Amino acid sequence: MSAISAERTPAPTRTTSTLELKGVSRWYGNVVAVNDVSMALGPGVTGLLGPNGAGKTTLLHMMAGFLSPSRGTVTLDGSPTWRNPEVYRRLGLVSEREAVHTFLTAYEFVLASAKLHRLPDPEEAARRAIALVELEGAQSRRIGTYSKGMRQRARVAAALVHDPQVLLLDEPFNGMDPRQRLHMMDLLHRLGAAGRTILFSSHILEEVEQVSGTVQVMVAGRLAASGDFRTIRRLMTNRPHVFAIRSTDDRALAVALMAEPSVTGVELGRTELTVRAGDYGSFTRALPKVALAQGIRVRQLVPEDESLESVFSYLVEA
Amino acid sequence: MSTVSWITARGLFGRRRFLLLLPLPALLVLLAVLSRSLGVDPGEWGPPVLVGLGLAVVLPVVALIVGTGVLGAEIDDGTVVHILTKPLPRWQIVLPKLAVAAGVTAVTVAVPIYVAGVLADSVRLGLALAAAAAIGALAYSAFFVALSLVTRRPVLLGLVYVLIWEGLLGNFVSGTKQLSIQQYVIALADRFAPTELLSTDVSVPVATVMSALIAVGFTALAIDRLRSFSVAGETS
Repeated sequence: MSAISAERTPAPTRTTSTLELKGVSRWYGNVVAVNDVSMALGPGVTGLLGPNGAGKTTLLHMMAGFLSPSRGTVTLDGSPTWRNPEVYRRLGLVSEREAVHTFLTAYEFVLASAKLHRLPDPEEAARRAIALVELEGAQSRRIGTYSKGMRQRARVAAALVHDPQVLLLDEPFNGMDPRQRLHMMDLLHRLGAAGRTILFSSHILEEVEQVSGTVQVMVAGRLAASGDFRTIRRLMTNRPHVFAIRSTDDRALAVALMAEPSVTGVELGRTELTVRAGDYGSFTRALPKVALAQGIRVRQLVPEDESLESVFSYLVEA
Repeated sequence: MSTVSWITARGLFGRRRFLLLLPLPALLVLLAVLSRSLGVDPGEWGPPVLVGLGLAVVLPVVALIVGTGVLGAEIDDGTVVHILTKPLPRWQIVLPKLAVAAGVTAVTVAVPIYVAGVLADSVRLGLALAAAAAIGALAYSAFFVALSLVTRRPVLLGLVYVLIWEGLLGNFVSGTKQLSIQQYVIALADRFAPTELLSTDVSVPVATVMSALIAVGFTALAIDRLRSFSVAGETS
């Protein structure tokens, strides 16, 4: 893999591309799918994070020139992407739909892409792209016989065959096994390090964490947060946490917990105790000690807001 | 052969729906051979087989299957994105696809209708029917390819046009014949080889001009619609 990476390292004179969105909105009838999003994507890997239905695919489709913005502009190095096939000289797209010509072999499929791009040496470009995704061993088999991960790699090879400056991938890790996932992550890393602008969408926090340093978080069509992943992660982990607790004596536990500095609020319910903690780490360390001291047995401890959606809604409110 | 037409042809012949093309032309030849061998008067079996089956059913239905298959099927399964993410002017995508659709339809229909025409009357009628069917194949294909880009249900709308507009209304409302590819094909075939077996109210100049207009107009419409091709996104 490293050999290929070295081979694909760009020349120092290589120009980079910037994909820019200014005040982009898209609506379908009364439904607003994307609401006033502005961002500029430069070289490196950026993760587009958001729950399902957040508008990530709509945004990617507008970036890729497959949807016109209802308002605002999407440009690649200053040229609009909508109704402008010329942008595909610098842009590659791997869509979410697992659409491939199953009747072709991977080599034929990637070669066809190279020819459609009118590359000077399509055979060599196809071989290089297939090597990049490590599909050489299966390149002569029909894509119809491939696993989902292999199909995905064939599609990535086709999208990379013309060595685009910008690569957009919609949920590229969906349906991949852990090994294929690692391989794809590594590939994106290398492409980003080589100066390409890579944007991939995902609804899984860990995927984004492992691949990209920069994230754009979308919630309900809006850009909820953007910037360095670690900053956003800190914002997420340092937020107030809510836990549901069941114990042998909820009332006594409530009284004891109120004395803890990490606890900001307690609500005594009929069957359980709801505790608001200002700091995740301090509270989870304090709870066993408090329970032990009071002779109370904790039967259940459930963090109530650990779903990604609640993390997002926190970000939106923050 | 351009890469677009190569992929289109591979896609067309690689899908199972291609097999749908075979029974109708086979039926056309079978009926013609049967009628001829049983000694039935061509005046009796000619019009229903040549026109009623050949030009009114086999030609438009084959054109519909192929015409909506070259682009509509790719739009349905999403593979069209692979061709669209290339720096190609959209006419360079539409024209090769239209050429494949019209070519495959013309060959699939011209051969059986030539055979039926020869059995009914003469080689001249066979050639006239084949040539007119080829022209009709181009007009129908342009219409159905454009339909794939205008609606999500091109096959249904195409069938409505063929069965209701051309088939049903054509028999009761004579004016609809002026806007019927089927009638243009009959008029042109009758012009190439005048015969009692073919009759239509549409004049040859109308048939010629309208066939050309339909082919050019719907091709232009398809190119324009492909320029603004949108992929449906999330709506929730």
